[in-house]
Amino acid sequence: MAKIIAGVATSHIPAVGAALDLGKSTEPYWVPVFSGYDHAKEWFKEIKPDAIILIYNDHASAFSLEMIPTFAIGCAPSFAPADEGWGPRPVPTVQGYPELGWHIAQSTILDEFDMTIINKMDVDHGLTVPLSLMFGQPSEWPCKVVPLAVNVVQYPPPTGNRCYQLGKAIRKAVESFESDERIVIMGTGGMSHQLQGPRAGFINKEFDKAFLDGLTADPDGLAKIPHITYVEQAGSEGIELVMWLIMRGALNTSVKEVHRHYHVPASNTAVGHIILENL
Amino acid sequence: MTDYYDSFKKIPGTVIFDATQSRIGYHLNMFAMSLMKEENRLAFKNNEDEYLNTFPMTIDQHAAVRARDYNKMIELGGNIYFLAKIGATDGHSFQKLASLMTGMPEESYRQMMIAGGRSPSMPIGPVEK
Repeated sequence: MAKIIAGVATSHIPAVGAALDLGKSTEPYWVPVFSGYDHAKEWFKEIKPDAIILIYNDHASAFSLEMIPTFAIGCAPSFAPADEGWGPRPVPTVQGYPELGWHIAQSTILDEFDMTIINKMDVDHGLTVPLSLMFGQPSEWPCKVVPLAVNVVQYPPPTGNRCYQLGKAIRKAVESFESDERIVIMGTGGMSHQLQGPRAGFINKEFDKAFLDGLTADPDGLAKIPHITYVEQAGSEGIELVMWLIMRGALNTSVKEVHRHYHVPASNTAVGHIILENL
Repeated sequence: MTDYYDSFKKIPGTVIFDATQSRIGYHLNMFAMSLMKEENRLAFKNNEDEYLNTFPMTIDQHAAVRARDYNKMIELGGNIYFLAKIGATDGHSFQKLASLMTGMPEESYRQMMIAGGRSPSMPIGPVEK
């Protein structure tokens, strides 16, 4: 049976993608952001996963207000980079894994998580920036990706606990997938940031540090954080952190933190990144 | 649900994109969404009023777009991820939009972020150096 071997979380800031695409990653402003991902690049080369389940949110690219699925899983053979208003990012098309995507959809639906199934979707920076941070600028991405989009734009988004429980259901699904493949699950978005209104620029380093600590040691505690606490303490877009809990829910209770990176700022946002291996 | 949304209203300088905002902002946001296509960006740039008139938004929403008043657009139901596409069409970075919403010059906003961002103890709105 397939197995989830590790979880990786990272912010998915669009300006990070733009910096890389425009060749600015070696500029003094960006060096402290990108250098924190050197470890992940080496780590991925070493563990060579067969597939990644990538939890992210769409930013009004694939989903407008016409349809707003809370949890939607990508089952297509491939996903093209979206035009977010500047033209699509110059990155490879993402190769999907329909067999695994469909298997997770079926398993989680029977487990009472009502997933939306996607057979055609363009993917925006929420998905492609994390891949760029992990793999740099290859001519093709090194493994298959199952995208799982979470609504964190229209209120109410799913609760942190619901996300955490979905992670557990995804783990169960993967462990009943007939293959011996090794899977990495990624949670993306965050950390503290606010992109709207007079409070824009909000950052809370203490909250972020406590969240990173809790992700390793006390995920049950993190899963109890209500939406209001995220918005108050991590800024309105800090709510994206609920997606990290899906990743964490899919891991063992005990994990080994093998790497952590935190830097302020990248554009308007606190950059956070952590690698957790199953013990 | 009343209690759920009430608590968010106490957070200063923040509008939660709830059912009400989504309902009143639908056409404004769908206009912004249309700017993901190059042909629509060109049509908008060519004649903003004419293009905006193809969306059944309110006069106030129309005026807020013309004024690029992002806080007003948010008040009238705009969501920042949708509105960002207007900024992109104008060739503005997200950081530029953020500075506009805070009432700070872009460079001051950028410096605030480099210094660690708007910490919980700092006021909302413009921050003096």
